[in-house]
Amino acid sequence: MTTASIAPVRQRTPVPPGEESGTATRLALKKKGRQARALVMPALIFSLVLTQVPFLVTIVFSMLQWNQLRPSEIKFNWFENYAVVFTGPDFLPSLMSTVVITGSSVVLSLLLGLFFAVLLDRKFMGRGLARTLMITPFLIMPAAAALLWKWSMLDVNVGMVNWALNALGLPSVAWNTDLPVVTIVILLTWQYTPFMMLILLAGLQSQSREVLEAASVDGAGPWRTFQWMTLPHLRQYIEISTLLGTIMMLQAFDPIAIMTKGTGGTKTLSYLLYERAFIGLDVGQAAAFGVVTVIITIAVASIALRTLFKVFINGGDR
Amino acid sequence: MPKIKGSIITAATWVLVLLFFFPIGWMVFTSLKSEGDAASIPPKFLVDLNFDQYAIVFDRGMGSYLLNSLSASLGSTLIVLLLAIPCAYGLSIRPIKKVQDVLFFFISTRFLPAAASILPVFFILKSLGALDNITALSLLYTAINLPIAVWMMRSFFNEVPMEIVEAAQIDGANLRTELTKVVLPILMPGIAAVALICFIFAWNEYFLATLLTTFTARTTPPFLASFVDGRGQFLAVLSAASTVAVLPVVIAGWVAQKQLVRGLAMGAVK
Amino acid sequence: MLVKKRALVMGAGLAITAVLLSGCSGAGAGAGAAGQDVTLTLATVNNPQMKDMESLKGTFEKENPGIKVNFVQMEEGDLRAAVTADVASGAGQYDVVTVGAYEVPQWGAQGWLTDLTPALTSDAAYDVGDILPPVKTALSVDGKQYAVPFYGESSILMYNKEMFAAAGLTMSNNPTWQEVAAAAKTLNTPDHAGICLRGKPGWGDLFAPLTTVVQTFGGAWYDNNWNAQVNSPAFTEGVNFYVDLLKSAGEKDPVSNSFTECLNQLSAGKVAMWYDASVAASILEDPTTSKVAGKMGYVHAPVYKTKESGWLWSWNLAVPATSKHADAAVKFAKWATSKEYQQLVGTTLGWTRVPPGARTSTYSIPEYKTAAAAFAPITLEVMNAVNPVQPGLNPQPWVGIQYVTIPEFQDVGNQVAQLVADAIAGRTTVEEALAKGQVIAQAAGDKQKK
Repeated sequence: MTTASIAPVRQRTPVPPGEESGTATRLALKKKGRQARALVMPALIFSLVLTQVPFLVTIVFSMLQWNQLRPSEIKFNWFENYAVVFTGPDFLPSLMSTVVITGSSVVLSLLLGLFFAVLLDRKFMGRGLARTLMITPFLIMPAAAALLWKWSMLDVNVGMVNWALNALGLPSVAWNTDLPVVTIVILLTWQYTPFMMLILLAGLQSQSREVLEAASVDGAGPWRTFQWMTLPHLRQYIEISTLLGTIMMLQAFDPIAIMTKGTGGTKTLSYLLYERAFIGLDVGQAAAFGVVTVIITIAVASIALRTLFKVFINGGDR
Repeated sequence: MPKIKGSIITAATWVLVLLFFFPIGWMVFTSLKSEGDAASIPPKFLVDLNFDQYAIVFDRGMGSYLLNSLSASLGSTLIVLLLAIPCAYGLSIRPIKKVQDVLFFFISTRFLPAAASILPVFFILKSLGALDNITALSLLYTAINLPIAVWMMRSFFNEVPMEIVEAAQIDGANLRTELTKVVLPILMPGIAAVALICFIFAWNEYFLATLLTTFTARTTPPFLASFVDGRGQFLAVLSAASTVAVLPVVIAGWVAQKQLVRGLAMGAVK
Repeated sequence: MLVKKRALVMGAGLAITAVLLSGCSGAGAGAGAAGQDVTLTLATVNNPQMKDMESLKGTFEKENPGIKVNFVQMEEGDLRAAVTADVASGAGQYDVVTVGAYEVPQWGAQGWLTDLTPALTSDAAYDVGDILPPVKTALSVDGKQYAVPFYGESSILMYNKEMFAAAGLTMSNNPTWQEVAAAAKTLNTPDHAGICLRGKPGWGDLFAPLTTVVQTFGGAWYDNNWNAQVNSPAFTEGVNFYVDLLKSAGEKDPVSNSFTECLNQLSAGKVAMWYDASVAASILEDPTTSKVAGKMGYVHAPVYKTKESGWLWSWNLAVPATSKHADAAVKFAKWATSKEYQQLVGTTLGWTRVPPGARTSTYSIPEYKTAAAAFAPITLEVMNAVNPVQPGLNPQPWVGIQYVTIPEFQDVGNQVAQLVADAIAGRTTVEEALAKGQVIAQAAGDKQKK
């Protein structure tokens, strides 16, 4: 198998190509292929229609001069909106904000998720309850979570975080004013750690106990066991949680709209797009930003999946 | 000695878990306060608790919004499963040449930020006369959740031992029996996990619901946001509404928790 | 092409309606004189006055059998997004919409809103002349009135009289910003801030008060020929003053703060002064939620180079041109903004909850005068004193005080607000922020020049 694995799925036990279907005839193989295609088609067609039709419309919109409040001036201006995207001052800083905020939130929630997964994998009193409590931040509606954090946790006067800081003799922090990026990252990390934990916990549980016990009998310490046995085993789970987490956090909008309103380096692409479409009321520009965002994300995603994950996979195979 | 160490770790675990859960616990606590107490500086810990805010929430008709959310979420989750299970199965039984591309296509449909696609969707629905329509909303949620579902389902299918399927085929089972009688039962926990995650996403979806529905098909999230008051205090009533809104998913998560973890741990738990 | 299609759709619609109607009249002749039942969908922000309107809609439905009103309440930003998309595309989902004073003239000029002038002037009981003149001006284009005000507000300076007395300070009825700044610095202690000012980046948040400050410092967003003035000395001086005041005597974490955040701090007695919307007074005087009820004083917005510097805002009811039930919708809009409605609110919910700032007669209702004695006179006084046609030192080519009535303004205002918030946080200087803002504002101004 030399093709890069885009799908971070568990690899089957490698079988030499010729022996793959020792019993099946070529005819059966063909039939299987037909069957497979028939099974895939409905979902594929559904996805094509429901996602690609709007995307095509978005591409058409991206070539229009169209401000919602100037309906009499709608006309094709072809690539002018794209010119604005690439020559205007908004795009690059916004791309940077997106990378910084999404990147650090994904890494932090992954690390925290792994930490909690390890803790909650142990047998202890009330484990079921502890797990359920840990999952809840992921269940809360993002807008409600953002409001909750803004008012009850991070508020400089009544927020519990500042209250705790003061109780420890530390000064209050003006989160939204002084540390807007950190504020957003904290919130995203809190919301997505449970998701990461859930997937990683699944990974931990699928680990064979005998192998771990054998390792400890061989005299490997818990840290070495974790590093050399558990982490490689968790590889595919880390991959899938990173990928899904990145996709979800790229779309994060509510914390920014509710807490920082795009100031201080928090204007991510998804917030910028919202601003263009619903505050700038510029349908054409918003569409152009959207198309460019999709192209960049797809490019980055495929490169990341082909190189980063491959490196990761090879590293794990050592 | 190890026992003491164990209980220290257990205690530490609980402290950390409760710390993480604290904002939610505080939300429930706030929902039982009056608006004045909820906004008081410094924060109040000893206050009269009551269910007044919950009465306000239901007086404003939260029931119908919950019902709409339920039909949109359940409906879309069902369609997702109906489409994703066969699709993922197809992708796993016989490696189609372009499997990777198909999978990547599915996941890439999630990359378009909602803010960019929502106006096109608005105009398409408008021309179809399908604004404020719960079926249209369900179908959109299906499209949003399908990629993740296919992706996860396929990795679960890949964990099904080939011998089981082959044994069934030798017994003369056709495709449908192969899928429903043999493979699905093994995959039940995984399906539960995918269903729960799709349900949560649909339940919490806010952006599309705000713009594409008005009254008849309006779901809970935009209703929740409507408690944010530009000219007054709203923290207590918002907390109450959020608590009510999150309760169904928490209960579902609680019930499905075992299924969920087992589902996600498919395969190696043999 | 589009017209043809629309005609076709309308034709089909008419045909279906006709069939339904004939079916109805055949089946149920005794179903009431009002004809078929109408359900109105109303979109609104969820401010307290609007919640009261929802709770009282039953009275309207009782008085008008056959009409039902469904309320869709939204947070302000969502309301703008949803209603703009609906009205601009002609989707016609809403029969009555709550529209800000910023949008009414723009949408009216586009022909998106029903001209209410005939319906209002023909009804003597409605007494359209009773609407506060500056508010009416802001809602009219070329003599046509496109919306009716549900409530209106200006901006005033609110101060804690106890803190002032304790520090031996006094407040005049028309303070200057310099006096306010000096008092704020004196009153700023670790226990309470000198003044609360909005810092949340948004054209309707930060830039509502800040634009009025800029104007009284002699600045403006645009000159009379749509040349942006954002980096002009006067604009810069105004913003610098605001930012310095926040830094030296303002509340903590200003970027988090808008109306409600400041309200909470004032109510708790944690701030000495607050410059914000006049409706705040009625909430500060409510002893159930406010610790400072009865301790507050209310005066005109502080000034520097102009005589009056309050803003002017109203939330209004309008009927989109696409409404399928325009007659019923107009009926409801008139009912909710009528004198009878004010009586209804006063007698059922309490007199302090009467929607303020829309009708002159509100301020001569004896019960209201007693109940709202602390803030009613100043509100009326300020609202009649402000001039939306020329709020600053120089003439401007639009009507409006704390905003510029062009489609691009909310975007310009938001982006410049984000830049100024960076200056408040000390990540950049006011001059750098406004230099970038000038470019953004000029791009929008150029569109007006065409």
